[in-house]
Amino acid sequence: MSIRTEQMTLNMGPQHPSTHGVFRLVLTIEGETIVKAEPVIGYLHRGSEKLAENLLYTQFIPYTDRLDYLNAMTNNYIYCAGVEELLDWEIPERAEYLRVLVMELNRIASHLVWWGTFLLDIGALSPFLYAFRDRDLILDRLNEISGARMTFNYVRIGGVKWDAPDGWIEKVQETVKEVRENIHEYDRLVTGNEIFQARTIGVGKITQEDAINWGLSGPIARGSGLKFDLRKEEPYSIYDRFDFDVPTFQEGDVYARYKTRIAEMHESLKIIEQACADIPDGEYIHKKGKRIMMIKPKPGEVYKRCEASKGEIGVYIVSDGKTQPYRVKLRRPSFVNVQILQDYLVGEPIANLVAIFGSLDIVLGEVDA
Amino acid sequence: MELLMMVVYAVTVLMLLLGAVTYSILFERKVIGYMQVRHGPNRHGPFGMLQTIADVSKLLMKEDVIPKAADRPIFILAPVVAFVPAFAIFATIAWSENIYAADLNIGVLYFIGISSITTLGVIMGGWSSNNKYSLMGAMRGVAQVISYEIPLVLSIVGVVILAGTLNFREIVLYQETIGLWLIIPQFLAFLVYMIAAIAELNRSPFDLPEAESELVSGYHTEYSGFRFAFFMLAEYTYALAISALATTLFLGGWLGPAFLPGIVWFLLKMCGFMFIWFWLRATLPRARVDHLMGFGWKVLIPLALLNIVVTAVIKVWMGW
Repeated sequence: MSIRTEQMTLNMGPQHPSTHGVFRLVLTIEGETIVKAEPVIGYLHRGSEKLAENLLYTQFIPYTDRLDYLNAMTNNYIYCAGVEELLDWEIPERAEYLRVLVMELNRIASHLVWWGTFLLDIGALSPFLYAFRDRDLILDRLNEISGARMTFNYVRIGGVKWDAPDGWIEKVQETVKEVRENIHEYDRLVTGNEIFQARTIGVGKITQEDAINWGLSGPIARGSGLKFDLRKEEPYSIYDRFDFDVPTFQEGDVYARYKTRIAEMHESLKIIEQACADIPDGEYIHKKGKRIMMIKPKPGEVYKRCEASKGEIGVYIVSDGKTQPYRVKLRRPSFVNVQILQDYLVGEPIANLVAIFGSLDIVLGEVDA
Repeated sequence: MELLMMVVYAVTVLMLLLGAVTYSILFERKVIGYMQVRHGPNRHGPFGMLQTIADVSKLLMKEDVIPKAADRPIFILAPVVAFVPAFAIFATIAWSENIYAADLNIGVLYFIGISSITTLGVIMGGWSSNNKYSLMGAMRGVAQVISYEIPLVLSIVGVVILAGTLNFREIVLYQETIGLWLIIPQFLAFLVYMIAAIAELNRSPFDLPEAESELVSGYHTEYSGFRFAFFMLAEYTYALAISALATTLFLGGWLGPAFLPGIVWFLLKMCGFMFIWFWLRATLPRARVDHLMGFGWKVLIPLALLNIVVTAVIKVWMGW
């Protein structure tokens, strides 16, 4: 006699503790094995791209903060860099250094949030609190320079909003030391753990070919053996002046992505140290950028991309010579990266779902824009 | 008269137990708090001593929600079924040479038999709430508890073989006569017992039935108010009971230097075990269902069996 079994539809999210916001998955499961996974997104859609068409060029910068709110500096930067290219402005040296500093600090903060929440998904409680302690150190520094903890609105067209306050660079150097030690400690606490390795090694393998075909970027692609980092490939800002590696791992599993991000934090710390040592004095914003609200770039279009903590973030701006952009299109790395989920969840148990989904490092503000 | 005494005793134990659970929850939150570089509860009373009482009164005042689609009688019964056995276990535990409720000759057997009933409460709660997450949590819980019950019992067998009795008091007295805590000759059994006990208690890293990040919170997702408190109470009572069992079997019960009374030693050792559960919870990530099952059946059970064989051979050979 055989027992009659049935497939079950399980609605996971948008209010589920491990969907990090308002992501929703409609799963078809057989026992605990996933047969079909259907991601549903759009719960946080705000129409940012359309909003941009009715705003002045400078007015759109705060909206970019709210895309990937864990990594707002890079979003600020890429939009401003796009507009600057349309305007053909020369950016002061000091401004570029400050931009690199805040972007790298923010990258570490973003990776730390990922580290904590990912381990929380896997079931370890404490790392979450440790990660947030260190993130807070970084946020304090960013707060001192920009006046905000998450939605900075600091990078402006032509430079940055304010110069660094007195003694800020020294404080950053101290923070770097502290954070580096702590990351080492966390690495010792978690990475070698038997249970952790059993949960992550060989789970959610993404081949290099798939990574390319799905357009993945950032630590996910690098965890699959794809040595692709825009800071090296097409150095923007002043990244060509710094000495750093692009950590790449071949395995493509959750563990490789984990190691990539840990190694990346160390590389970012290296960049910050070098930038702190070299930072010149001078202007922090282009002289026209200081006051002007109304910017009228010449008609034309530009696509500018850079390396955010989640992957390649890009902005495509079309100008028709007016004070408002004709069209703004954002390439959001989380949105692209999350697409792979539906194929890669089939055949996995629910416990792996959490690990795989967590390892992609999605921010819903960016997925839905 | 005898009946009256029984009632008095039962109520006393219940009150003491409620106090113990109240403060072990506080203890857990403090321990985990300090491990996570924060203070833990410290607003209500000195050192947050009244925190749990405040929490429980909040739970008591909450609306008693029963989902419409739930199976009402079973839903209501489940927390009680989970709690009563956990409480009943305490009858046989010998707190010191003279303080015990029932000097049962089959104490160990009683303990194990009664404690398995708790599982029934879990599956009743999970199934009757008519929630998919709860159902999955309950299924996991039952599979896990049944699989780990076996190594747990097998690890105790080694102790029983050595002591030659199932009576808790006599097991401790045996340890007194040989002048050795059984953790030393039975170290393998102790390890198996500890791991199996964590799984039995559904505590981290084996807290799969209530895996928050996967199953929201497992079998008690739909419970609120006092019913939820009852599940919590059952969980902590059971944790205390398992610690008491470990103390009796492996750490010589009330034995210890004479400057403290026996019961104090017993409670201290119990606290030590409680601390270990909390410590693990603050440190480790959660294991996966299939890994857990594999580990239980392929590693723990053979080890426990090996321990029994070795113990039996030594016992016969050495004539202990």
